[in-house]
Amino acid sequence: MTALAWGRRKRALAQTWAEYRRDREGMTGLLVLGGFVAVALLAPLLADDAQLSAVNTTGNEVWAPPGEHPPLGTDSLGRPIYDQLVYGSQVSLLVGIAATLIAIVIGTVVGVSAGFFGGWVDAVLNRLSEWFLVIPFIPLAIVLAAILGPSLRNIIFVIGVTSWPVTARLIRAQVLTIKQRLYVERSRALGASSLHVMGRHVLPNVAPLVIANATLTVPVAILSETVLSFLGLSDPLRVSWGSMLEDAFSAGALGREAWWWYLPPGLCVIAVVLAFTLVGRALEAILDPRLRAGRAG
Amino acid sequence: MTDVLLETRGLHVRFAARRGAVARAVDGVDLAIVRGEVLALVGESGCGKTTLARTILGLERPAAGEVRFEGEPIRYDASYLRRYRGRVQMVFQDPMGALNPRQTVYEAVAEGLRIQKRGDDEAERVAHALSRAGLRPPERFFELYPYELSGGQRQRVVIAGAMVLEPSLLVADEPVSSLDASVRGEILQLMLSLVREAGVTILVVTHDLGLAWNIADRIAVMYLGRIVEEGPAEELLSSPRHPYTRALLSVVPEVEEMEQVILRGEAPDPTRIPAGCRFHERCPLVDSGEAARLGIEERCRGEDLALAPVGGLDAHSVACHAVSR
Repeated sequence: MTALAWGRRKRALAQTWAEYRRDREGMTGLLVLGGFVAVALLAPLLADDAQLSAVNTTGNEVWAPPGEHPPLGTDSLGRPIYDQLVYGSQVSLLVGIAATLIAIVIGTVVGVSAGFFGGWVDAVLNRLSEWFLVIPFIPLAIVLAAILGPSLRNIIFVIGVTSWPVTARLIRAQVLTIKQRLYVERSRALGASSLHVMGRHVLPNVAPLVIANATLTVPVAILSETVLSFLGLSDPLRVSWGSMLEDAFSAGALGREAWWWYLPPGLCVIAVVLAFTLVGRALEAILDPRLRAGRAG
Repeated sequence: MTDVLLETRGLHVRFAARRGAVARAVDGVDLAIVRGEVLALVGESGCGKTTLARTILGLERPAAGEVRFEGEPIRYDASYLRRYRGRVQMVFQDPMGALNPRQTVYEAVAEGLRIQKRGDDEAERVAHALSRAGLRPPERFFELYPYELSGGQRQRVVIAGAMVLEPSLLVADEPVSSLDASVRGEILQLMLSLVREAGVTILVVTHDLGLAWNIADRIAVMYLGRIVEEGPAEELLSSPRHPYTRALLSVVPEVEEMEQVILRGEAPDPTRIPAGCRFHERCPLVDSGEAARLGIEERCRGEDLALAPVGGLDAHSVACHAVSR
């Protein structure tokens, strides 16, 4: 890579950032997301993990509303909601991002190979993704939890492995249309190998789709984690927003109108999901020059 | 002795069509391109001229026959094709589609250099190619994306991207048909200057005999997968022999003295090439009874024929029973 190419790349990156900063919704999403990431990373400083175990909270009043036990009250065992919420962000973000990474990596590799090579590769990969597409993720999670014991790793694995076929199909369809473009033909006429065409033309043109798809997969993964935790299939020793909702539900928080228990984790899930979507949309608009042209005009 | 740069011998290209039919897109083409000339390949849409151009680039593989470059048949292994495409380049009909919307002008032009691993002094070569293609000063265009360029500028970028490799042969597939009339002349002028300055040989594929008239040294007329008439541009245009060439020429606006011949219908489907002379179903000679009067109608309908020299001149040849009777 020449110095010139590096210089241009650096400037392109700076330009992308300058444009991103002009996008209000994108910046809002990024700030919210940054906030959650900071909370997750700084959890040990912000909260006391000893307070997560009912053994240590016998001194606290149970079902205390925020006014009586600032900042967010306590649950049915006297555990402070605040500490659970802070530590819960770690699990939700970790599962959301890790499962999405698995899904996006497998989905992109499978989708690009199937679309690009066609023929029997396409046929085999299509059957494979159909097979994974019909695996219902809740029974799979139950089976895995039964065999390996409930753990965070299982949850990530289950969500990742059942989410990739959707990504793969989307990307395959996009690759099929890109393959027909004249600039691919031009590249071949210039002497390009399949690898070059894939790296220089196909991947850059599916990248916005991959990013858009990732930002949609993260919230789905976070929601799935919430569902699986709610069903008690997650690591029982780690607090997540989903397990908080489960505890609240099974302790009857809804009936007692203990809104300080179920509302914060619910709102956090919504905020993170929304933030990811805002960031993704802003990125997509900037990374696709055609959309950029539309905005400028 | 003429110095033949590229030649096709008995070239056939077939495609599988629906219900097991086979489209014979290129159906026995013998065509020689002489070093340093501009050869125009003219024909209606669907006559196989683009397929022929793509086959010459090795983008399509012939079912029979061969493409010979500098006397050697081209091979279809990856490393040969890469080197071959460093010497034979293509310009496309639609310059918008031919440029990746995510690549800057610089990247689009440098792509060939990177693929062909001619990396040293890349920036200099790109700048030189762009300015030779009429985009000056070149540095002003480096960072632009295709959507920021006009149609004519895009085509100049495509031409620069091909010329940066300093090819021996440039295949231009309808290079100006998607451009505004006002910039057509400029692009054609540019291509002609490339011939003069860089000594490149050009095969220009077009449906427009008027355009061929303006730039070509030699013209080959293609109908339904085969060359039906071929000769020096001046000779072929002043005394066209094949009724198909006459019909094409009679509708060129600049040609006023000819009575317009409007052909019936479109060229038949290449899955059903008629027996005999492939043009007989639309031929005005057969239609008007002229062929019957000459006593050749039977042969027109039943006897296929190859190109034959006209009146002993081996530069001008035609495939028509009425001429070679």
